[in-house]
Amino acid sequence: MSDLDEKVINIIVEELGVERDKVAKDASFMEDLGADSLDTVELVMAFEKEFDVDIPDEEAEKLRTVGDALNYLHEKMGS
Amino acid sequence: MVTGLGLISPLGNTVEETWEGLIAGRSGAAPIQRFDPAELDVRFACEVKNFDPTEHMDRKEAKRADLFAQYAIAAADQALRSAGLGDGLVNPKRTGVLIGSGIGGIWTFEEQCKLYLQKGPRRVSPFFIPMFIPDMASGLISMRTGAQGPNYCTVSACASSAHALGEAFKLIQSGAADMMITGGAEAAVTPLSIAGFSNMKALSTRNDEPEKACKPFDADRDGFVMGDGASVLILENLKSALDRGATIHGEIIGYGMSADAYHMTQPPESGEGARLAMEVCLADAELSPNDVEYINSHGTATPHGDIAESVAAKELFGEHAQDLIMNSTKSMTGHLLGAAGGLEFTICLLVMNNGIIPPTINNHNPDPLCCGLNCAPNVAVERDVSVSLTNSFGFGGHNVSLAVRKFEG
Repeated sequence: MSDLDEKVINIIVEELGVERDKVAKDASFMEDLGADSLDTVELVMAFEKEFDVDIPDEEAEKLRTVGDALNYLHEKMGS
Repeated sequence: MVTGLGLISPLGNTVEETWEGLIAGRSGAAPIQRFDPAELDVRFACEVKNFDPTEHMDRKEAKRADLFAQYAIAAADQALRSAGLGDGLVNPKRTGVLIGSGIGGIWTFEEQCKLYLQKGPRRVSPFFIPMFIPDMASGLISMRTGAQGPNYCTVSACASSAHALGEAFKLIQSGAADMMITGGAEAAVTPLSIAGFSNMKALSTRNDEPEKACKPFDADRDGFVMGDGASVLILENLKSALDRGATIHGEIIGYGMSADAYHMTQPPESGEGARLAMEVCLADAELSPNDVEYINSHGTATPHGDIAESVAAKELFGEHAQDLIMNSTKSMTGHLLGAAGGLEFTICLLVMNNGIIPPTINNHNPDPLCCGLNCAPNVAVERDVSVSLTNSFGFGGHNVSLAVRKFEG
């Protein structure tokens, strides 16, 4: 697991208050991890803060699973 | 009928601990712990101590609730358990929630304001508004309990939870609900809020001796001491209480309201508005002034407020004013602002059920302008009480008086 993966998973555990072993790549934030629409906004804001990036709303809407977020952030950070 | 009690207070995080502190004459004041108050003129308060929200809610729920709402949830949990409703409500559609708060989530407000100013609007949390608005305590308690009856919040500064209890009483009386989860919550010991109250010269500045700072009805009083916490009670109609065999702690029998129509933050020294609220309350309860044996005063220890309330009581109760006891428990708990009325109503019930009136501490030099009333100075007094009043007055000139009677079965 890369350093970025580790940070992303930590943020998800912290923001959504879920157990670490539930944070699988195919887990959906809303369906599997109990997030509501406000949680997902806050989650994206936490990614923006941690990685010092801007995630436009239209891109944020596409981040539905843990895997989506990891792929997006890897691409964005060029890692 | 009151069938459940819950308290998170500067004297303890249960009803029992708070009561022990009160009758022992213990002060809840201490240097501020929640943040570094070094820059402030007032650096002490009556904060809640050792509060762990995760004893009452999961981490995620705690994270999205401001401290005032966390206190409300914790006190509501206690109240429901003490009412024998820990496993669920009897009739959720006939149960309402009404939790008053003077200021709401001001800690959240300050944090988010800083973020806005330092990092820009995109960093403001989507939870800012739901955490900040003062009605969210009522909302969150309904979500936890499933209570689908009347649900809102009263905001009238330091009279907020007294209004809440009065409104809840009337909702039950009118048949709009069978049961109300009601009270108040406040967590306003924050840098911005202390700075504001302090610059109004409303707060005691005795930083060197916090425990001796709050001196209601004493000639040396110099303002109130900020407090925080929550008080939640379960009110229900007699039939509902009897049907489920609930323990009845007492009954609310009168609700009086008035306005000073005078000044934003000061009462008139005539105490006219305070007197009117007490008169309306007595009429609502069908009591005569001579029936009242104990008054839990608003008694914040501000120079004007204590005089106005004393004059009001002296004029309303006449000679009987010398027989009754009018104490200020704020001398120990500090001023819980919007949560004060609920706490002090609860204290009235405890007084009547225990036959002990807690003292007004730090009263060593009684102010003659406070009319020589008996405030139970410094030591608790054993006395049987069947009828009490509790007064709450808020900035804006909002006055509330509630009448409470011991339940004799």
